[in-house]
Amino acid sequence: MSTGLAVPPQQHRITAFLTDSTLCIGCKACEVACKEWNGVSADGFDWSGLSYDNTGTLGHSTWRHVKFVEHGPEPGIGGNAGEQLTWEFSSDVCKHCEVAGCLEACPTGSIVRTEFGGVYVQPDVCNGCGYCVVACPFGVVQKNPEDGRAFKCTFCYDRQKAGLPPACAKACPTESIKFGEINELKVAAQERVRELKARGMSDATLYDPTETSVKGLHAMFIVRGDPRQYNLPPKPEVPTVYLREGWRASAIGSGLLVAGALLAFLTSPGRKRGRRSERR
Amino acid sequence: MSTNPRSGENKQHTPDIASEARLLEIRQQAETRGVVPARGIRPVGAPFPQASPENGYFGIHLLKEPQWTLEIPLYFFAGGAAGSAAVIAAMADWLDKDPGLAHSARWVAFGGAIASSALLIRDLGRPSRFINMLRVFKVQSPMSMGAWTLAAFGGAAAASVFAKSAERRFGDRFPIAVIGNLGQFLSALFGLPFHNYTGVLIGATAIPVWNKNIATLPIHFGMSGLQAGVSLLEVMGHSRSRALNLLGIGSALWETWEGIHLESRNEPELNPLKRGASGWITRVGGTMSGPLPLALRLLAAGSGARRSRTLRRWAAMCGIAGSLLTRYGWVQAGHSSARDWRLPLEIPAELPATDNLQMKPKLSQRETAA
Repeated sequence: MSTGLAVPPQQHRITAFLTDSTLCIGCKACEVACKEWNGVSADGFDWSGLSYDNTGTLGHSTWRHVKFVEHGPEPGIGGNAGEQLTWEFSSDVCKHCEVAGCLEACPTGSIVRTEFGGVYVQPDVCNGCGYCVVACPFGVVQKNPEDGRAFKCTFCYDRQKAGLPPACAKACPTESIKFGEINELKVAAQERVRELKARGMSDATLYDPTETSVKGLHAMFIVRGDPRQYNLPPKPEVPTVYLREGWRASAIGSGLLVAGALLAFLTSPGRKRGRRSERR
Repeated sequence: MSTNPRSGENKQHTPDIASEARLLEIRQQAETRGVVPARGIRPVGAPFPQASPENGYFGIHLLKEPQWTLEIPLYFFAGGAAGSAAVIAAMADWLDKDPGLAHSARWVAFGGAIASSALLIRDLGRPSRFINMLRVFKVQSPMSMGAWTLAAFGGAAAASVFAKSAERRFGDRFPIAVIGNLGQFLSALFGLPFHNYTGVLIGATAIPVWNKNIATLPIHFGMSGLQAGVSLLEVMGHSRSRALNLLGIGSALWETWEGIHLESRNEPELNPLKRGASGWITRVGGTMSGPLPLALRLLAAGSGARRSRTLRRWAAMCGIAGSLLTRYGWVQAGHSSARDWRLPLEIPAELPATDNLQMKPKLSQRETAA
């Protein structure tokens, strides 16, 4: 029975994060808000000795992670005096790739693309095979050894479903973490970089590798200087790009095995049935 | 296997008792005398780590290490041997060469399929959900393809081994013969991808040492599996089969070539195969599945019957150990490769890491002033 009512083709907007390191004050409120909202376990009290970063990396219990990019003085950058350190903060998160390695690799279909464009691990389906861990070019998703399943940022799927922004974006006191419609944010990012450059921050760049096989991110970053010092890889690749070559090699290997076995058995003397085997 | 990438980083930065004691001394001197004549301490962990285009993010590796348990390389071994054995069984049977060998090979294929399933399920974080592996059929996921292949292969291998055994007993009556022949055909058909897909499985990942070798890994793993299958059959008593020896020579030749191919290339991605523990395991494994069994098998081919048998048994033992070590070596190499923070950031190793704040002149000024 058709009601005649047209369902809008896209009921949900495709969302994204834009994390602006030039606005981040390193307060880690996003880390705390994320843990609070999602009920993520603590990850120890280790002192890393690496600037103020005692978290280190994203992982099964760290879905937001503030990086403290600290290095020697660069006079003139950010109005620093000669002997002052250059100190940038940037809140890292799952990149929610346009073409996601974890999603492609997941053999159970546990990892899905949500209606908001995020990449989501369904905890009731994941069986902890660990293949997504090695498939992520950003080293984000990780298996919790105690729980057995893989975890990562959910893009606050539950909050988004209720029309709320993700917990980290909500908690960010400086709007360093912006949340919104992806195309609007991409424009905003370009404008922001232009503005920063106009203000003398000539090293401001937008990290969004659209030209690689990940085809862009739903979590973009504005950083200052070389993105590599933020552990952002210059050329992240979705592992599916290796599939064609891999399966071709597999086919060649299978051909070799068939040919080899044929050759081996055809050239071996055809003894009477079972003589050799009966002895052994 | 350490899953915390930070654990290694922490050790060098924890304060030690000596420097803490000296700090206390300095504080007391400063309090009582107003001046501290002797030198201060060098803080533990100094020079302070920096994030820079040379150091990356403090040298913290971006990629995650594989979180597979030790069952996985063992599964690679079992699966490789089982898949090859199914093909050997089918060939021996179809070409009507060696029914005894075909019989044993069917059992190796079946046993390998059972062992593979058990090992794979044991590795899962939630073993009770193993059936979720067959929830979707996903061409772009080698893990999904592998799970389906294993399921199909296991079923076919079981049908083949039981029907063919029944055939030996009851003769080739109608249902038995059909099931046996179909099972044998299907187990050989699925055995082909099953014996080498694990190369695709680890090759199509973000781990540099694995994806760098995607073009050869499946063949390498397949040959390693063939070596294991042949060797297992020889150890089971088929050490006079000429066909097996030929296959053994073929796979050992390929593995020798693979070793030369890997050793002759000088790419930073391949370092885990040449350095450290993973380098040792892969090199010993490569020698034991390449040149060593090759030499023993060639010797055996030119020796008398008795000596030949002994030599081939040694070659077989060598091949089994070599194949096992090869799998463990490659997985271990994946771990070291993931820990290499330079690779995903494309930072050349020749670039010396800057490990110093450029504030030395200031400090020395202060020292001389004191």
